[in-house]
Amino acid sequence: MSRIIVCECGHKNPEGTILCEACGKPLQEEQSKSLLNMRYEGSARRSQTYNRTPIDKIWNYFSSVKVGVTLIILVLIAVAIGTIFPQEIYIPQNADPETFYKEQYGIFGEVYKALGFDNLYKSWWFVVLLGLLGTSIIVASIDRYIPLHRALKNQKVKRHERFLKKQRIFGTTTTADAEVIFVKAETALKEKHYKVRKEEGALLAEKGRFSRWGPYVNHIGLIVVLIAGVLRFIPGMYVNENLWIREGDTQAIPGTHNEFYIENHKFSMETYKKDDPQYKEALDRAGSVVKTYRSDITLYKAKGDTVLGEKPKLKKIKDFGIEVNKPLEFSGYQVFQADYRTDEPYAMKFKLTDKDAKKSFGNFSVNLYSPKENYNFDNGYKVQLMYYFPDFYFDDNGDPATKSDTPNNPAFIFNVKTPDKPKGETSFVAIQSNQAISKNNQYKLTFAGLDTRNVSGLIVKRDFTIWIFFVGAMIFLLGVVQGMYWNHRRIWLQKRDGEVWMSAHTNKNWHATKKDIHYLTEKTGLNEPSDQLEQKVFEEERGINT
Amino acid sequence: MSMVQISSALLLTAFILYLFGTILFTVSVTGKKFKSKKKASTGSRIGNFAFFIAILGFLAQVGYIFTRWSADGHFPISDMFEYTTFLSVMMILGFIIIYLIYRNNSIGMIALPIAVIVIAYASVFPRDVEPLIPALQSSWLMIHVTTVSLGEGILMLSFVAGLVYLIRVIDQTKRSKRTFWLEAVMIFLVCALGFAVISGIFQAADYSEKFKWVNEKGSEATLEYKMPAIAGPHDGEKISAGFGPLFEAPSWMNGVEAPKKFNTVIWSFISGLIIYGLIRLVLGGRRIGYALNKALRNVNPPLMDEISYRAVAIGFPVFTLGGLVFAAIWAQQAWSRFWGWDPKEVWALITFFFYAAYLHFRLSRGWEGEKSAWLSVIGFVIIMFNLIFVNLVIAGLHSYA
Ligand code: HEM
Repeated sequence: MSRIIVCECGHKNPEGTILCEACGKPLQEEQSKSLLNMRYEGSARRSQTYNRTPIDKIWNYFSSVKVGVTLIILVLIAVAIGTIFPQEIYIPQNADPETFYKEQYGIFGEVYKALGFDNLYKSWWFVVLLGLLGTSIIVASIDRYIPLHRALKNQKVKRHERFLKKQRIFGTTTTADAEVIFVKAETALKEKHYKVRKEEGALLAEKGRFSRWGPYVNHIGLIVVLIAGVLRFIPGMYVNENLWIREGDTQAIPGTHNEFYIENHKFSMETYKKDDPQYKEALDRAGSVVKTYRSDITLYKAKGDTVLGEKPKLKKIKDFGIEVNKPLEFSGYQVFQADYRTDEPYAMKFKLTDKDAKKSFGNFSVNLYSPKENYNFDNGYKVQLMYYFPDFYFDDNGDPATKSDTPNNPAFIFNVKTPDKPKGETSFVAIQSNQAISKNNQYKLTFAGLDTRNVSGLIVKRDFTIWIFFVGAMIFLLGVVQGMYWNHRRIWLQKRDGEVWMSAHTNKNWHATKKDIHYLTEKTGLNEPSDQLEQKVFEEERGINT
Repeated sequence: MSMVQISSALLLTAFILYLFGTILFTVSVTGKKFKSKKKASTGSRIGNFAFFIAILGFLAQVGYIFTRWSADGHFPISDMFEYTTFLSVMMILGFIIIYLIYRNNSIGMIALPIAVIVIAYASVFPRDVEPLIPALQSSWLMIHVTTVSLGEGILMLSFVAGLVYLIRVIDQTKRSKRTFWLEAVMIFLVCALGFAVISGIFQAADYSEKFKWVNEKGSEATLEYKMPAIAGPHDGEKISAGFGPLFEAPSWMNGVEAPKKFNTVIWSFISGLIIYGLIRLVLGGRRIGYALNKALRNVNPPLMDEISYRAVAIGFPVFTLGGLVFAAIWAQQAWSRFWGWDPKEVWALITFFFYAAYLHFRLSRGWEGEKSAWLSVIGFVIIMFNLIFVNLVIAGLHSYA
């Protein structure tokens, strides 16, 4: 059981209390000369009271502001070093991270990488450091919040003589009509929005106590932000996919489990006009500057259950123009304009002619990504696509083959069926080259043009953690504002042997508190109390100077 | 007159008004020293007038912002010139807020000349009206940058008050580490002025000299120096007539046109040191700190400490809101990630951590007063580092040309 200290005013204080929670009498007699240390009201903090078990020691360690500041500074230094060389995500795409740092920055680069600075924010020791910081924030807050709350709740209006004398602001006034002064003081202080409490011969005016909780609120916000950071490591908390989609195509949006589809109508890129008088000089210097990147799309939702491999029925949701800074948003997803490719081959056009009659039967167009098998003309003329080589080359045996599925160098083998040749003639066609496999073909296919399309590079994101970060940041900011833009001010008045004593304390913002006191003295005729700290500073200085 | 010209004229007006205001504040602070109580009110009357001049300067700068806005077609914060100028406006706004709370003239005496230096520094960068690339076309950009610079402006006032504190309390009768570092801060400020002066001189002379080099993106390019090359590009080749280079810039400087900026930094130090030498001559060989200490005899140190702290208390949440929260919202929209560990982002985070550390240091006894004042100086150095050196040394998304 912990010891209880009974003050002369009768209040029972927990072990470790420095100033009586009720009357403020100093219970530990060290600081006889100096002003009282009013931090946390001189309440009994666990960390200042117990230091026996290992748990006490750990608790005290994390509770210490010295440790806390050290942790903040360590994180700061680590993060600063992390900007000396680029993080791994920012090194050139073709560089090998294993060798990049050594080659570029020599021995420093090697050490940098070995210590994990190349990927700082995922390196184990940095994460541990943040863990310690978080622990410290939690422990320090609990250690102070509970006793501070208790002390402020138990405070009495009437304070001990020594408590009053050793406040930074203290003054006395000799007067016969204290009663009148107290009445006037009450009115004046209420005008200044103080909450006034009275007891026999004593008055306590207080305002802004809630601002004392600001630090604890902001620390909670920080913890929420740290939790959001931890959640990032859990799979499924966020979706981050790339989507390349050509104009005219419709594709399932990756990461949405085939629930949503997107159709790209058009990608466009606009630059500033060279002769724009507004930007002429800058454009002359910089060359061309891009004004917009934009993908015009339609968003669809799949209807009903989709059978694997089958095209689902789509319901249109909306048309939208995705631009940089203007993502498409739906059901928690965001789709961003991130990249583009222009003028990619999309379809090839061919003309079918009769070699003798020099007669044309018309054109047909082959989609390079999903070619059809048959292309029909009037009067029973028909072209059948037998083989398609998107990325054509001759393999080791001299046979036609393809290197990849990307139509970098398309080639085709067609079979042309006509009423007079029902079995058909085969012909081989590649870009710009046109060889009939059997030289004496009756019908000829010629290249009649290339259809190109632009391709939009989109990024699909859904991130549950954003909201947690955001809420944490808001709690943090509210807490900081609560603690910084308001402050806790108290003014004590007491009758003592034909005198009225006045003391005041604030956790910050002495300037405004003094203004309140000045108002009070003007309204009541009390003497202006003195600022004992400033006086001390001036006295010390005079001591030096003389 | 075109809108651009009007905006430049307004900026110049503000510049002159701040110079004038500096003199008035100095008179109001030093004049009081010799006078009796009755005369002290003259000092505060001059102080009121000085504050009025500062307000006029501020209004001229607000006029600059709006005219420049209309010329740009977007809020004027998209390049170094505009951003730095904007920072000076926000610093003055910070000053106005603090002055309205504390009515303190010595703050004005130091804050206004710093604003003058910042404007002079800004005015050296190219002033062409620039079109915005798509990533910058967002109202969040405007919200983000205005809030960050307001926060930084207020935090810079913490430095101003801290500096006044240090000038006041550091014993200048004998040399010490403290007098040395305080003087180093003065030299740094004079070098910023030196930068503006020397750039102005070479710009007026239309100096130019060209190099062939491999730029930060790894491609061949020409680099035009507007000042004689003391430090040339790494592995560069001079392709025009002109001075130097005496040596080459180190290869690890990776920012946009880094060697040129590095060369400018060297020139700033040279000209800064010359100006500093001249100032010391005028002061009869005494340190600047010594002269200012004499001028600021009547300052109340605990009050300065409180102002310095208060500026952090007010500026810290504003900076956090703009530099981290709004920045993240914008980054999410423009780059699809709200945080990307880009160097400029990281340095905003470092600033945040630093001021958080400042606030916690102050919880311990003995950290109020002089130690806090030195911390506020370090905070200012970090803000300046982010403004000047991150662009110079580190390549990233934010590095303005
Ligand atoms: C980046 C991390 C942190 C931030 C941004 C932060 C922020 C803040 C802020 C803004 C205040 C208010 C200061 C004032 O009112 O003067 C505060 C108070 C405080 N912080 Fe932190 N803090 C952080 C980490 C820590 C850590 C690690 C500790 C551990 C010791 C700690 C302990 C405290 C204490 C004891 C207070 C004073 C509470 C009071 O006056 O009632 N903080 N913190």
